[in-house]
Amino acid sequence: MSYVSLSDKDRKEMLAAIGVSSIDELFGCIPEEVRLKRALDLPGPEPEPALVRHFAGLGGMNTYSNYLSFLGGGAYDHFIPSVVDYLSSKGEFVTPYTPYQPEVSQGTLQAIFEFQTLICQLTGMDIANASLYEGATGAAEAVLMAQRLKKKPKVLVARTLHPEYRSVIRTYIRNLGVRMEEVPYDGKGGLDKDALARMLDAETGAVILQSPNYFGVCEDVRAVADLAHGRQALLAVVVAEALSLGILEAPGKLGADIVTGEAQSFGIPLSFGGPYLGFMACMKDFVRQLPGRIAGQTTDVDGNRGFVLTLATREQHIRREKATSNICTNQALCALRATIFLESLGKDGLRDMAWLNVQKAGYALDALTRVPGVRRKFAGPHFNEFVIELPKPWASVGKALKDKGILAGLGLGESFPELANCGLVCVTDKHVKEDIDRLARSLQEVLR
Amino acid sequence: MIRKMREPLAFELSSPGKRAVRMPELDVPEKKNLLGGLPVRKEIDGFPELSEAEVTRHFTRLSQTNYCVDQGLYPLGSCTMKYNPKVNEKIASLPAFSGAHPNAPQDVVQGSLRVLKQTEDLLSEIAGMDAFTLQPAAGAHGELTGMMLIRAAHEDKGNPRKYVLIPDSAHGTNPSSAHTCGYTVKEIKSNANGTIDLEGLAAVMNEDVAALMVTNPNTLGIFESGICRIADIVHSKGGFLYMDGANMNALIGIVRPGDMGVDVLHLNLHKTFSTPHGGGGPGSGPVGVKKALVPYLPVPVIGEKDGKLVLDSGRPKTIGRVRSFYGNFLVIIRAMAYILNLGSEGVREIAETAVLNANYIRKSLEGEFHLKYAVPTLHECVFSDKFQKEFGVSNLDIAKRLIDYGLHPPTMSFPLIVHGALMIEPTETESKRDLDLFIDAMKAIAREAKEDPETLHAAPHDTYVRRLDETAAARNPVLKWEKK
Repeated sequence: MSYVSLSDKDRKEMLAAIGVSSIDELFGCIPEEVRLKRALDLPGPEPEPALVRHFAGLGGMNTYSNYLSFLGGGAYDHFIPSVVDYLSSKGEFVTPYTPYQPEVSQGTLQAIFEFQTLICQLTGMDIANASLYEGATGAAEAVLMAQRLKKKPKVLVARTLHPEYRSVIRTYIRNLGVRMEEVPYDGKGGLDKDALARMLDAETGAVILQSPNYFGVCEDVRAVADLAHGRQALLAVVVAEALSLGILEAPGKLGADIVTGEAQSFGIPLSFGGPYLGFMACMKDFVRQLPGRIAGQTTDVDGNRGFVLTLATREQHIRREKATSNICTNQALCALRATIFLESLGKDGLRDMAWLNVQKAGYALDALTRVPGVRRKFAGPHFNEFVIELPKPWASVGKALKDKGILAGLGLGESFPELANCGLVCVTDKHVKEDIDRLARSLQEVLR
Repeated sequence: MIRKMREPLAFELSSPGKRAVRMPELDVPEKKNLLGGLPVRKEIDGFPELSEAEVTRHFTRLSQTNYCVDQGLYPLGSCTMKYNPKVNEKIASLPAFSGAHPNAPQDVVQGSLRVLKQTEDLLSEIAGMDAFTLQPAAGAHGELTGMMLIRAAHEDKGNPRKYVLIPDSAHGTNPSSAHTCGYTVKEIKSNANGTIDLEGLAAVMNEDVAALMVTNPNTLGIFESGICRIADIVHSKGGFLYMDGANMNALIGIVRPGDMGVDVLHLNLHKTFSTPHGGGGPGSGPVGVKKALVPYLPVPVIGEKDGKLVLDSGRPKTIGRVRSFYGNFLVIIRAMAYILNLGSEGVREIAETAVLNANYIRKSLEGEFHLKYAVPTLHECVFSDKFQKEFGVSNLDIAKRLIDYGLHPPTMSFPLIVHGALMIEPTETESKRDLDLFIDAMKAIAREAKEDPETLHAAPHDTYVRRLDETAAARNPVLKWEKK
């Protein structure tokens, strides 16, 4: 069955009304030679009870939840208030289309407008869009946007930008005549500002800086902005751990021209990597170059406030190949989750959650670096992730800890060969003291 | 759906000291100065402060101003607004899947990898392609990925080529995606039947053309019956045939793109495969390819090693990543559940019923509304406002009046080749009663257009907000709330 709602009687009546004798006649416009002459080779049909059993079985093959996990690296496990799941599951939010007909879509549009406001408040920027796919494509769109604004052939990307984000930027620009160069990191794990000063030149259109960076180190955004602006380049700050915005100064207040990133931390489950929630915000002057949907406020014929999708002349359904971006949909339902999440935590709750992350990660760093042979790799300040260095390759130690039921963090050797003994440990509000103590104890046992 | 009480913005409902959620006390010793002198932010001025009940009321009230497919027919052409089965929501919310970390070691997420692998296989069989990538996050993202694959294949042969051909009936993302991939778009005109003119195509197809992007059935709902010849023309000059799968709901189980010469296509899981649109995302736009393009697929590719599934990034010819991690997993799992639930007969029944429903609407409204192309159509039909224009009534008026009848309007923004378009796609999930409600409403509106056009100009009359000033919104953009 295929969720159709016609009875045999309906079908007969409808065929008679159309004036054909069979449904097959309606497909007469398809040449015989291309038609499929057999049934598709698909499993099923599985009625609902069997289907649920099938997926419960597949779920059983995932053993991740049996482990105590300290994984981060672009996906973060934070507490999600119950109202987020409840409210975002309403059919009125889940089952409409993009709000092209604003008179019957005010709920979606007002939520987007609130989302845009929250992103502006958090990033310290003038305007924000209605969301992008996720963080990595957000970073790539920032590069393309800077390219439209500056029309320069070179973009400088911090090597401490998430490796997958760097890979996506590379994929996006390779056909567009833009050159990407990577700026190394310094001994403290932050962007090497001397190297940046050397690499910045008249050909550079933008600098892409992640903060907190992939090593969890919070960057000196102000200093990097000054360097970039000194050579007329734009600074795009990528925030992959959006919760950090709850406590760290807004990048917009520190000189960023574009702020983009990943807001999965705001009420979106880990979901094996998607759907997540890209966001982008910028200064007012750049509004015509901002990609993606934007909601705006207006009034109806009775003078009531209402919201519409606006500035559509940037978009592909009007501009076609001259559009600012080929993006059509946003991630409305994920943006709704983030909006509910932020409005539930509120001003104090968001700060409390961010502060818990900082404190617990600080405690974990102390506990782990008390284990003989373990040292803090980078001295730069961190939010909820940090890099530790072991006396031997991370891979072997990680494996031994996994045998003890702990996923201790993300080995860095694959993306940073010089850091083969290092791992990225993430501690969030969901970890309790005993979790952290257990990690430290187990690490000590494994290294002994 | 109809609510008259005005709902303020959350920022306007806010008052100091409230919160819906309290976090636990810190359970480790507090340390001072952990952020090492970094600039810490002051209180965020204007950030909302609400109780849990207030948050719940706020969003419940907002939800009541939305029209949705759970409520009724949503005949947006080329958007395939079908009913979203609820078991798929349940499956997507299983903690084993929603709680899995994307950076977890591969052996502890074999269930998730199995879902991805099996969905790739199911889509390959349905579309007749050799392989799929599930990474693209939406249809337009799939288009861009597909064009990148084509470009990489041409580059591998020494010349990326310059142009991409796109029919004038195409959706706007097609030219935009080709452009984002560094190509120059050449538009090809549709013939009197609304389809691609084969001789015209042969005349412009040459060795500078990288690909033709075709939507089949096209945005008029018309099947490109010359598709095999089209493929031959494109292939004869070494080009690739790209198919936009937005309208696959007309074809599944009946024809497979891979069997009609298509080299690359994207599918929209949020259209054909029933995953909810969410008010504009998240979607998912998997891309299927023929063998020649497999080496260029984005990494990681799911492979098999010693009986376990693995993520393989060791592909020398790959275009690289097109997003972080592996795609919109929780959308993908819903589509997989949908396909398994249907089986092959159910899949075919989708296309059969979608086409029956669309033709029933078309036949019932012919004569009342102008049909520019009087050729057979499949899952959708495109009327225009030509008859109603005589009375000064536009497609916008008709659309807004439908809202008064408790229905969602059809697509109006394209295809650009039909002026004043009303593009109607009912999908297979509608009952005859719901189809008849729509048909009766459209007939009543056609009558009103003659007798009482003013009522149509002023529509909608009975909604939470009435016709909104979109020009003012664009001219003087107010894009966020600001504290007074």
